[in-house]
Amino acid sequence: MRIGVVTFPGSLDDRDAQRAVRLAGGDPVALWHGDDDLKSVDAVVIPGGFSYGDYLRCGAIAKFARVMTRIIPAAQQGLPVLGICNGFQILCESHLLPGALTRNDHLHFVCRDQRLRMERTDTFWTNVYAADEEIVIPLKNGEGGYVADEDTLDRLEGEGLVVARYLEVNPNGSRRDIAGISNAAGTIVGLMPHPEHAVEALTGPTTDGLGFFASAVAAFASA
Amino acid sequence: MARVVVDVMLKPEILDPQGRAIVGAFGRLGVHGVADVRQGKRFEISLDGEPTDEILAELHRMAAELLSNPVIESYELRVEQ
Repeated sequence: MRIGVVTFPGSLDDRDAQRAVRLAGGDPVALWHGDDDLKSVDAVVIPGGFSYGDYLRCGAIAKFARVMTRIIPAAQQGLPVLGICNGFQILCESHLLPGALTRNDHLHFVCRDQRLRMERTDTFWTNVYAADEEIVIPLKNGEGGYVADEDTLDRLEGEGLVVARYLEVNPNGSRRDIAGISNAAGTIVGLMPHPEHAVEALTGPTTDGLGFFASAVAAFASA
Repeated sequence: MARVVVDVMLKPEILDPQGRAIVGAFGRLGVHGVADVRQGKRFEISLDGEPTDEILAELHRMAAELLSNPVIESYELRVEQ
């Protein structure tokens, strides 16, 4: 399975995402922000970092990158896309997912091992997790507060589109403790914490994050 | 040569932690009686020529799609000569 990993100027976690794909049994394919084709990938990871220096707003400039003009329509047609941290911000700015990520309510950059509850486990990216399974993966962001209007929040909850929720502490002021959401089809997932940093015992707090990438490989194999 | 100014503000229902921090700084600096501060962005766009309807329509599109995020922000655009 070919999983594209996008690199923008300022991306940080593209190499870790590629490594996570490889450890999960997939073939990582580097996608450059200026690329005009998606190299026949079966899914895409938009990794964390500070694309275009986070100038203007996080993800505001990245959404107009050439590779995004290919990814956005493909995602609307069903291409699975996982956006992590800055990638989540880019998916929201691109209107592939509702809402927005704003400055942490306490104004500080936060970096911690974060406990989450997996609430939607039938998506392309979360199907190997058990319902309500608790996982611990790193979280690191300055603008990770998930906001949306009340109607949108009610719809996300009512339709079961909340993928993961913060447990123990709400690290950034996200509305309703939301850490990650999905589209209705479960092909597009945005997540603020970093599963790609929790795939090996040597460097991660756990290996709980591997499941996101293993889910994609499993979903592709059974498709 | 005309100048177009775009002001971008968070919508009223969106929490502005930066504005709240500024209110706190006011208090520490002895300035009292301030109920709230909202922090926004101001863009000053200098045009090569006159602000035609065509360029203003383009700038409105940019204000809505690039300079602001309509999910959380609103903008005001005006021409200054």
